[in-house]
Amino acid sequence: MHTVHFPSHFKQWRTIARSLLSQGLPPDEVLWQDPQQTSLFAQQTDEAPCDREAKAVPKAFLKLAQTISCHRSNEQWSLLYSLLWRLCHGDKQLLSKPHDPQVRRAQQMAKQIGRDLHKMHAFVRFKKVGEAEQREQFVAWFEPEHLIVRLSAPFFKNRFASMDWSILTPDECVHWSGSELHYSEGVDQSLAEKHDHLDELWRTYYRSIFNPARLKVRAMQSEMPQKYWKNLPEADLIEELITKSKERTQEMLNNPLSPVKPAPKNTYLERLKELEK
Amino acid sequence: MGICHSYTPDGRCISLLKILLTNVCLYDCHYCINRRSSNIQRARFSPEEVVQLTLDFYKRNYIEGLFLSSGIVRSADYTMEQVVHVAKTLREIHHFKGYIHLKTIPEASDELISQAGKYADRISINIELPKKESLQTLAPEKNIARTRLAMNQIKDKSSEGKSDRRLSFATGQSTQMIVGADQSNDGHFLKRAGDLYGNFKLRRVYYSAFSPIPDASAILPLQSPPLVREHRLYQADWLMRFYGFQVDEITTPENPNLDLAIDPKLSWALRNRHLFPIDINRSSYEELLRVPGLGIRNAKRITQARRSSALRLCDLQLMRVNLKKSLAFIITADHQPARLEIDSEKIRALHAPPAQQLELDLTSQIQIPKIEVIGGEF
Repeated sequence: MHTVHFPSHFKQWRTIARSLLSQGLPPDEVLWQDPQQTSLFAQQTDEAPCDREAKAVPKAFLKLAQTISCHRSNEQWSLLYSLLWRLCHGDKQLLSKPHDPQVRRAQQMAKQIGRDLHKMHAFVRFKKVGEAEQREQFVAWFEPEHLIVRLSAPFFKNRFASMDWSILTPDECVHWSGSELHYSEGVDQSLAEKHDHLDELWRTYYRSIFNPARLKVRAMQSEMPQKYWKNLPEADLIEELITKSKERTQEMLNNPLSPVKPAPKNTYLERLKELEK
Repeated sequence: MGICHSYTPDGRCISLLKILLTNVCLYDCHYCINRRSSNIQRARFSPEEVVQLTLDFYKRNYIEGLFLSSGIVRSADYTMEQVVHVAKTLREIHHFKGYIHLKTIPEASDELISQAGKYADRISINIELPKKESLQTLAPEKNIARTRLAMNQIKDKSSEGKSDRRLSFATGQSTQMIVGADQSNDGHFLKRAGDLYGNFKLRRVYYSAFSPIPDASAILPLQSPPLVREHRLYQADWLMRFYGFQVDEITTPENPNLDLAIDPKLSWALRNRHLFPIDINRSSYEELLRVPGLGIRNAKRITQARRSSALRLCDLQLMRVNLKKSLAFIITADHQPARLEIDSEKIRALHAPPAQQLELDLTSQIQIPKIEVIGGEF
């Protein structure tokens, strides 16, 4: 059994996988392992890039591999090697078999990454921390489920190009100041700004846009799971909105009906009446 | 418009800052809290305030953009000018790249509609109710013929905008209908939706269940249709837009309302048992789309997967096909439904939830009393 350490990103996996492939090692003879728990009997494989020509694989596979490399489970590394092995040993149409258990598993992982990415784009909240040389500066704190900081960064770069910002996470941080994205090591939440004077207005909006007469708490929670709430300035309103909704609805229903008021004198309304004829 | 930046406990997504420039209004639409007869407190924003609020919210990643509407003040043109002014300032002064949706007024001038379309990604006019007569009673200042005329203008401008980039114009229009405020049945709603999709190329029709308002009108006492009705209308709408269904397949003269207990595709399939079962390994994509429990994605996956081998039930299971729903309607390499054994009533019963669950969300404890609509004048 050949043992390799979990790579830390896609490029590293690719280097290892190329080397394993050129040695002709089938997936069930390779053990992917956490570097902290190296087995006594393991035989460490040489991770140096081999000089043999890289195997041609479908573009769709590279994309899938890049995506699920961000998965926090580390289960993806051996799965990806198995898929690669099968692609290079005759099963070229592998990815068009959505009913293949390994393809299915990889697609599931890609879906999880996609969802995490989407939620990060949605739930990051920037807090304004200052202004310098006519550029506003913002900081956000976020805890993604998977290692998606680099995957998410282009979205924020495109959308918030005209401001300076940092997104801090426990895994890795990303910074933008107008020319290039920079990355730095993960930090503790205590370093992140918690307040922004606009949050109170946003909470007012959130409170007002809620319709107490149609409570659908489960629908809300399936789209905005509770694990995200702690970093959303509006989330601590939820409980109160739910508990008071019944009372507020009843109040609306108890109000007396209002009689119709006559139309005011207005030339535009008169013109509408003319049109009606 | 894409991202939902938050969700409220009513289950709805917050994607845009959705506000009125003012809730002062000349019109007297009886389903609306801001009708002139309502005793609600009135307020207004200046266009500059809305611009600043939109920019501030956008920079904090609270929203995708602005959805701006307004009560009608002075005249359609005066109101429309204010609304357009906000969009113009955002785009031309602040180079705002977010999404803008403007509610337009059918009676506004051609020039103002053109400008609205120039700055907005989407514009919309609410059709409100599917039938002319209902609108006359409940929203006397509104008129379906004028709305359709305006939608037609917007459609033309939008297609001109597509063929000539200099005439940039919103990429689409949408509308909203209120469900449960009048006596229209689901067939009326879907027929109107079909009219709008077909004739004016609308991108979306939104169905909004009539819901209690703080100051209800004597003309229209509060009543709440079951929320599941709204849900079924959206499902039916989806069938029309993406699954190739015609309005008169979804509702019929005998069944003018959608079955609230089961989804409209299953309901259609049960009325058309003679078309089933269909063979998963041989049927066309269009036929697959008609199978209850099979969505667009799985129909595509099936056409792809069956190239390598004949599909069996376990393959469909791996693709996460809703077998509970589709089993009675499909043939696979290892499955043939016992056609005579399972009658339609049994299938319906299998999928219909117990009556009290029809409200969709069990966390909702609110009991809204149903108030009978008086008289037959609606």
